[in-house]
Amino acid sequence: MSSRKSKSNSLIHAECLSQVQRILRERFCHQSPHSNLFGVQVQYKHLSELLKRTALHGESNSVLIIGPRGSGKTMLINHALKELMEIEEVSENVLQVHLNGLLQINDKIALKEITRQLNLENVVGDKVFGSFAENLSFLLEALKKGDRTNSCPVIFILDEFDLFAHHKNQTLLYNFDISQSAQTPIAVIGLTCRLDILELLEKRVKSRFSHRQIHLMNSFGFPQYVKIFKEQLSLPAEFPDKLFAEKWNENVQYLSEDRSVQEVLQRHFNISKNLRSLHMLLMLTLNRVTASHPFMTAIDLMEASQLCSMDSKANIVHGLSVLEICLIIAMKHLNDIYEEEPFNFQMVYNEFQKFVQRKAHSVYNFEKPVVMKAFEHLQQLELIKPMERTSGNSQREYQLMKLLLDNTQIMNALQKYPNCPTDVRQWATSSLSWL
Amino acid sequence: MAHYPTRLKTRKTYSWVGRPLLDRKLHYQTYREMCVKTEGCSTEIHIQIGQFVLIEGDDDENPYVAKLLELFEDDSDPPRKKRARVQWFVRFCEVPACKRHLLGRKPGAQEIFWYDYPACDSNINAETIIGLVRVIPLAPKDVVPTNLKNEKTLFVKLSWNEKKFRPLSSELIAELNKPLESAAKCQKPVGTKSKSVESPSWTPAEHVAKRIESRHSASKSRQTPTHPLTPRARKRLELGSNPQMSRQTSCASLDSPGRMKRKVAFSEITSPSKRSQPDKLQTLSPALKAPEKTRETGLCYTEDDKASPKRCIILRTRIPAWKTMDIKEERILTPIRGGQKSSVMPSVILKPENIQKRDAKETEAQNEATSTPHRIRRKSSVLSMNRIRQQLRFLGHSKSDQEEKEILPAAEISESSSDEEEASTPPLPRRTPRTVSRNLRSSLKSSLHTPTKMPKKSLKPKTPRCATPQIRSRSLAAQEPASVLEEARLRLHVSAIPESLPCREQEFQDIYNFVESKLLDHTGGCMYISGVPGTGKTATVHEVMRCLQQAAQANDVPPFQYIEVNGMKLTEPHQVYVQILQKLTGQKATANHAAELLAKRFCTRGSPQETTVLLVDELDLLWTHKQDIMYNLFDWPTHKEARLVVLTIANTMDLPERIMLNRVSSRLGLTRMSFQPYTYSQLQQILSSRLKQLKAFEDDAIQLVARKVAALSGDARRCLDICRRATEICEFSQQKPDSPGLVTIAHSMEAVDEMFSSSYITAIRNSSVLEQSFLRAILAEFRRSGLEEATFQQIYSQHVALCRMEGLSYPTVSETMAVCSHLGSCRLLLVEPSRNDLLLRVRLNVSQDDVLYALKEE
Repeated sequence: MSSRKSKSNSLIHAECLSQVQRILRERFCHQSPHSNLFGVQVQYKHLSELLKRTALHGESNSVLIIGPRGSGKTMLINHALKELMEIEEVSENVLQVHLNGLLQINDKIALKEITRQLNLENVVGDKVFGSFAENLSFLLEALKKGDRTNSCPVIFILDEFDLFAHHKNQTLLYNFDISQSAQTPIAVIGLTCRLDILELLEKRVKSRFSHRQIHLMNSFGFPQYVKIFKEQLSLPAEFPDKLFAEKWNENVQYLSEDRSVQEVLQRHFNISKNLRSLHMLLMLTLNRVTASHPFMTAIDLMEASQLCSMDSKANIVHGLSVLEICLIIAMKHLNDIYEEEPFNFQMVYNEFQKFVQRKAHSVYNFEKPVVMKAFEHLQQLELIKPMERTSGNSQREYQLMKLLLDNTQIMNALQKYPNCPTDVRQWATSSLSWL
Repeated sequence: MAHYPTRLKTRKTYSWVGRPLLDRKLHYQTYREMCVKTEGCSTEIHIQIGQFVLIEGDDDENPYVAKLLELFEDDSDPPRKKRARVQWFVRFCEVPACKRHLLGRKPGAQEIFWYDYPACDSNINAETIIGLVRVIPLAPKDVVPTNLKNEKTLFVKLSWNEKKFRPLSSELIAELNKPLESAAKCQKPVGTKSKSVESPSWTPAEHVAKRIESRHSASKSRQTPTHPLTPRARKRLELGSNPQMSRQTSCASLDSPGRMKRKVAFSEITSPSKRSQPDKLQTLSPALKAPEKTRETGLCYTEDDKASPKRCIILRTRIPAWKTMDIKEERILTPIRGGQKSSVMPSVILKPENIQKRDAKETEAQNEATSTPHRIRRKSSVLSMNRIRQQLRFLGHSKSDQEEKEILPAAEISESSSDEEEASTPPLPRRTPRTVSRNLRSSLKSSLHTPTKMPKKSLKPKTPRCATPQIRSRSLAAQEPASVLEEARLRLHVSAIPESLPCREQEFQDIYNFVESKLLDHTGGCMYISGVPGTGKTATVHEVMRCLQQAAQANDVPPFQYIEVNGMKLTEPHQVYVQILQKLTGQKATANHAAELLAKRFCTRGSPQETTVLLVDELDLLWTHKQDIMYNLFDWPTHKEARLVVLTIANTMDLPERIMLNRVSSRLGLTRMSFQPYTYSQLQQILSSRLKQLKAFEDDAIQLVARKVAALSGDARRCLDICRRATEICEFSQQKPDSPGLVTIAHSMEAVDEMFSSSYITAIRNSSVLEQSFLRAILAEFRRSGLEEATFQQIYSQHVALCRMEGLSYPTVSETMAVCSHLGSCRLLLVEPSRNDLLLRVRLNVSQDDVLYALKEE
């Protein structure tokens, strides 16, 4: 009886959990404009006032939103646009053009995209725009036609603004100086993570830019970080199963007060204030939740955190063969002896031979071609890197290489290496002692 | 029957009274008064400026009403034409049917509306004037009198601007009242007694009968020698008794019910059709093949593809001209010609001219607005005319006779006479009836296609070829500034065009003098203007060109063509040729072809042409390896025939020396001008001139901004932007929305800080703990090695040590690498591409002191 009850319970849980996972994953992965903004109220107000002035008064503006990756630039502009579009008299009257520097890699493509998004193609009918020049003059003509009071304001959103600054002559950006003349009102909003963006602008373009910058700096402290953590995990009030939602939220509250959880969060916070990395951590934690294990625990979080902070190189080293480990240790010793000077295969092989002949008991004395093969494998894994580009005629044995592993990395990897022969480990720890 | 004298088979002689006055531009001779003698009814009407007149229209019962503003003789064409400028009134039946409801009440029978539509052509042929009428303005509260006995009096109470009815302003009423008194004074004694005392002066000549006799004897060709005097007399009587034309009264008073009905129906059909005109052209033109010079010229006009309003005007002028000519040349005319004429004449006079008048109205009003009495070409009307013409070809003439009778029931006399004439003049037997019936038919037809051609629509010709792109216009107009701060912000926007450009008077004068002298001398030249961005180079040149264009309009300087190209708005330097050619001639060509065409235009001896002023902005972008573009641009003005003035603008003062080849810079010449960055007092002056009479800023606040900007760049744009931002900050900080905002020094300080402060330090302060310790590790490594560059591996070891010291958990390489690339993406660090992994080299993008300062604060 009780087992049946628990089974039905778990069934309900399973249903709820799939919903929970859907909701939370959506929250972590999409930048939905519905989520809350954290600590950017001032910037938000600045931006939305600016947009409103463009939309309602027909005032042309330009602004740059600057902030490191994951600081919520796109979310900020999406929020502002959403709020703007909710105003009745605005929604009919504003045109939006979204451009991304990664997609519109030159001005020609960008102009085509602008024409498309403004639906200007229809006006021209079957006229085909062959050249870039025609396109530009066409668009400028179109924008020149309007005036402040009667034309629809156009909001240009340039994602990855710094990439637009690399276009030839910055023609597109210069021509946004229509925002400085009495033509169709436009607002140019650039999103970038580069703090030195103004130095990228050509002097004429720079003079025409209004020098308005909105900085997003993730300027919150740890207590707020914990609060964000809590908010991100909590279920909304409109969740269908109220009972479950209540329980879930209670658990989240309990988690946020847990000491070990706070430690994990603190560590994460120290590494990066980026909310995206927090999302990543929470996503990994969420994936551990199952029907039999319906609520997150501190241990889940810690394991997810370990996954996040895992050293990728060390992981590769764990999968190497003993011979390859030996070669890496030989390289490490060479580095120690010659103070970071590059080495070649022959040197590594000699070092390995010395070790096998003098110290090794368990390691088999491989033939040179086999060792060469292992060496090439390491190169393919990019644990070692050739100093120059490989040319056909040079002998591979004598090509100079550099090790891309730090000593500490090697030692840590060795400690965790499964079934590591003791003599190899001793060789690694000993410094030049066998000489 | 209340028909206007147009109905009569009369000829009117129009002659000036008084001495001509020369117009201010010496183009026209203007007159104060005109005398109209009506042949046959022996009346003579004196029409003075300021009086209200009836003007021939398509609807005979409702001729157009207008106020005469000016009488002048147009001697631009060989046959001098008497022209008049009028202010139109509209009758209620002329208001488009779909807009009639806007009045909101039943119009008075004699109510007319002041036609307040500037796009209406007010320039008419004086010989279409029928006679005088009385117009009484009413104050808004007055009621339009109804059932007035005097049908010659019209009432105006409202104005109609094609959109809505508005009450007349008091000045307008006063102005309208004025001519009334003066007209009363100068009226000649009224001969035929009309019911109304105020009726316009139809002065009958004493020698009417004699005249008629002589006339008939003179025109030997006339096949109506038996023309009885009685009908004519009757007509005159009619004319005298109730010339006033309101449909209902006229019909009721005179006609049998059946006929009245027919007539009303007809007028209802015809009235909405605004396009019946052009066909007249076709029907007329064959008749106009007569070997008279005037008609020939008229035909020339109609044949070429001038705009239809022009054509219409010509048509209209032609008809009366024919009349006058008729009278003048009567004696020398051959019998056949005379007969022909007499057969054509009545129908011509009676022809409905509704559309013509519409079009004429439009164009003339435009002319009035621009104060140049030239007509405007319109393609759309040409198109529609062609269409109508085509339709006409398919129309038969079967019902012409009956229809004509229906249409012109009242014109018994003229009709009968014309019928007689037709019978006797076989060469052109059916000219008259056909003309009229065709008119009717086509008007019906065209009314189906173009039910109501509002003048507004026809003003913007939408030819498919020149489909110009346009951002769609907003459905809701932009809000106007509500507060002082908003107003200030609007004025401070860079796009706001100031009335004057303060602090650039000297430069303005220099450029103006340069261009003006070249224009006056009919030579060419180059000028090079340099200056850092935001010093008003382009604005000053634009201002100069604006002034010169005004001067050219006032004939102070010879007319010139102004072209502007911008190097930044070109995708490629050679496109400059394409742009210049397109703006110069409208042609489109490839870059190479355009270059050839331009070279041909500027370098070969051609017909004398007007000077071209070419502004080349951002000259440095036209640099090519061969410098052929710059060479050409500076070479063309040296040709004598080119008459090209080239103004070039660039940022750098030494551009000619630095990048130009010798042969190019030599052609550029030494006319150089450099715009210095604005000093703080100049910036202050600019700001205060923009904020004239607007108390939005404290003086100190302006001064602070001006000083800050002058110290940094002297860029006026920056100055304006900062002030604009300051108003926003002021608005934000303001708690009460109703208190008048005043931008204080604190606000502008904040704005200045916002715009000029470096964000690096805040960025470092807000970065995470590991990022900060990584920066410290970099500093430590730099100090250790004494270099400004380190590999990631070196920094990493420092970083690990630092973390151990500070009790932070051990950072793995992956984490540290993430931190490093994060800092790199913000450009706090300059890093190599990350494929170098441990070996990538790292540099600081900020000075070490800044980093130390930022890290130490905590």
